[in-house]
Amino acid sequence: MIFKEFSATKKRLFRVMDDQGKIISPSHLPEISNELLIKAFQDMLFARTADQMIVSYQRQGRIFTYPPNLGQEAIHSAVAQVIKHDDWLVPAFREMGAWLAKGVTLKDLFLYFMGNETGGSFSSAHNMFPVSVPIASQLPHAAVIGYAIKLKKLDQVVYAFTGDGGTSEGDFHEALNFAAVWKVPVVFIIQNNQFAISVPLRMQTVSDSLAIKAQAYGMPGLQVDGNDFFAMFAAIKEAEEHTRTGNGPVLIEAVTYRQGAHTTSDDPTKYRTREEEEAWQKKDPVNRLRNYLIDKKLWEESREEELISQFRKEIDRIFVEAENHPSYPLEDVFQYQYAEMPDDLKRQKIEHERFLEWSRSRTKKEVAR
Amino acid sequence: MKIMNMVNAINDALDIKLKEDPNIVVYGEDVGVEGGVFRVTEGLQKKHGADRVFDSPLAESGIVGTAVGMAAAGLRPVVEMQFCGFVYPAFNQIISHVSRMRNRTRGKYTMPIVIRVPYGGGINALEHHSESMEALYAHIPGLKVVIPSTPADAKGMLISALESPDPVMFMEPKRIYRAIKQEVSEDSYSIPLGKGKILHPGTDVTVIAYGAMVREVQKAMVMAKEAGISVELIDLRSIYPIDKELLASSIKKTGRVVFVAEEPTAFGVGAEIMAIANEEAFLYLQAPPKRVSAFDTIVPLPKGEHHYLISPEKIFYEIERTAKF
Repeated sequence: MIFKEFSATKKRLFRVMDDQGKIISPSHLPEISNELLIKAFQDMLFARTADQMIVSYQRQGRIFTYPPNLGQEAIHSAVAQVIKHDDWLVPAFREMGAWLAKGVTLKDLFLYFMGNETGGSFSSAHNMFPVSVPIASQLPHAAVIGYAIKLKKLDQVVYAFTGDGGTSEGDFHEALNFAAVWKVPVVFIIQNNQFAISVPLRMQTVSDSLAIKAQAYGMPGLQVDGNDFFAMFAAIKEAEEHTRTGNGPVLIEAVTYRQGAHTTSDDPTKYRTREEEEAWQKKDPVNRLRNYLIDKKLWEESREEELISQFRKEIDRIFVEAENHPSYPLEDVFQYQYAEMPDDLKRQKIEHERFLEWSRSRTKKEVAR
Repeated sequence: MKIMNMVNAINDALDIKLKEDPNIVVYGEDVGVEGGVFRVTEGLQKKHGADRVFDSPLAESGIVGTAVGMAAAGLRPVVEMQFCGFVYPAFNQIISHVSRMRNRTRGKYTMPIVIRVPYGGGINALEHHSESMEALYAHIPGLKVVIPSTPADAKGMLISALESPDPVMFMEPKRIYRAIKQEVSEDSYSIPLGKGKILHPGTDVTVIAYGAMVREVQKAMVMAKEAGISVELIDLRSIYPIDKELLASSIKKTGRVVFVAEEPTAFGVGAEIMAIANEEAFLYLQAPPKRVSAFDTIVPLPKGEHHYLISPEKIFYEIERTAKF
C-alpha cells in the first residue's frame, strides 16, 4: 500500500525509477503489461510531439496563446492508462495527454487554442469538463460530480487537476473538504511544476509538501515523482482502487517541472535560471522511460524516429484541417447563451445585422466611387 | 517630459508614490520578481525592496482581504488583479469589507486601497482574459471606479488614486497599454478623480466614451467629419463618481448623445448615462439617447471576437443615425 508506506505525513517522495530510468525500488514496480507500457510511452511521445508543434505554430502566428505541457507528460499518461470510459476528467489547462485519453480530438484542441468555442466544448470527450482557466475553480465541481456518482451508485471515478499555485486558492481547500466530508470518489492531482507563472513554490506555501495538505482534510495524501512514469502509474492505480471502492477522495502531488513557458506569452528567463532548467531536463520523464524500455529491449531509437515523423505528418494534417474550419458565424456568439434566447438578445442580433447590411452597402458605394 | 506608453506611465506613478509615501506597498500575483504579466510593476521591487513590492500566493480573495487589514493598520496597499476575469474570488472582500468599512465603522477604519485591474478585449486572448466589468464595481456603494484613456491621464489619475482616502478600482485598458505613446511629465502631478474631460468640442452629437474606446471614437470621428457631423467627444475617465454636470451640460448643448463602451449593454455604465440624459437633459433631447456597447453574451474567443468588439464603423453608424434622427 503506497499511500500508507509513503503517506505525506512521513515526508517521503514516492519514486520507482532514478533520474536515469533505473529501477531503484523493484518491490514498487507496478504490474503493467509490456504492451500497455509501450502504449503509455507512445502516448507521451505523441503528446510531446503535438505540444512542441503547437508551440511552433504559435510562433508562426497560426494559433493564439497556448500553455505548453513539456516535461509533465508522465503524469498525464499515467492517468490516461488508468482512466475508464465512464470516469470523469475535470481538467485545469495543462494535461493534454489526459484530455486525449478522454477522447478529445486534436482538431478540437487546435480549434480551441485558435479561438473557437466549438473546439473548446470537446464534444467527442465523454464525461469531461471544459478547460478551467480561473485557477482551482474547477475543483468544487469535481467534488460534486463525485457526490452525484455516489448518490446514483455509479461505477465511476473523478480525476481532477490543479497546479501548485492552485493550492493557494480557497476553492482548492473547500473542494478537498467537501469531497472528504461527503466521502466521494475523487482523485485530486496537483501538478507541482514548481512555478505559478513566475512565482516559485516557496512563495505559495511553507508546508512540508503540497500532499500533506490532505492530512488536514482527513484523506490520504501522497507525494510522487511526477516525472517517474512507474511511480505515477502505481499511485494513480492505487488511488483509483481506493476511491472506487467507497473509501473517499485522495490527493496526489506530482512533483514535476514545467520545462516550457507558462504560456506562449510568458518569458521564463525573467524568473528562473538556466542551471535550474538544465537540472530538471536531466530528470525528463520521456527520457527516463525511454532508457528503461531500451534497457529492457522493449524499444529502439530508430523506431522512435519513424514514429515521430508519422506523428508529425498526422498532427500537421489535422492542424491544417482545423485552420480550414469554417469561419465563426455571428449566430455562434448568441445562440448558446440561453436555452431560449431572450427577446432583448434577439433584438441586439437583429440590430447588429442591420448595421452589417448598412456597412456592406456603404462599402459597395465606396467601391463604386 | 518623456515619451511614455500607459505601462510606463503607471509604472512611473507607482515609482513616484513609493518614494513619496513610505506606507505604500505593492503586491499581487507575479508583480514582484517578474514585474507583472504586463510588466507594469517591472523594476519596482529592485528599486523599493521586496518588503514593499512583492509576489503574493495565488489567491485573489486573500490578496484583497489582506489589503483590508493592511489599510486598517495604516498602510496603503496597491494590489494587482491579474485580469478583470480573475477578480471574482475577491468579490466578497471587495463588497463586504473594502467598500463598507468606512461607513460601518463610522470612519474609525478607512480603506485607502487601490485595486489595479487590467480589463477589456481586443487582444486575441484566452477565455476570462477579455472582460469589461466596470459596471459591477460602479454599482457597489463605497468604491471609486476610474479608467484612463491616455498615458498622461493614467499617471495623474493613479497618483490621485494613491492619495485617495477611499478605495479605488483603477481599471487599465490593456488593449492600449502600449498602443498610445505621448509626452508625459516626469514630475509628480495629479488629475482629480470624478472629472471627465471634453477631448474635442463639437455641436451636433455628444459622444461619451472611456478607456480603449476613446481611440475608436476618434477613428469614427474622421468618418463623421466627412459626413459633416460635428461630434463633441467626452472622455468620462471616472465611472464613479460620475461627472454628471459635464455630461448634462454637453447633452443640453447638442441635444443628442451616443455612449460607447466595451461592456455588455444591459444594466451597464451606459444605462446610467441614459438615465442622466433623461433626468438632467430631457427637455433638450432631439433624438433618443443611444448606447453602442457589447452584446449581452460572454466575450467570444478570438475567432468570434470581431463580431463582438465595437468597431469605429459601428460607432459612426450610430452617430449618424442619432445626428439624422
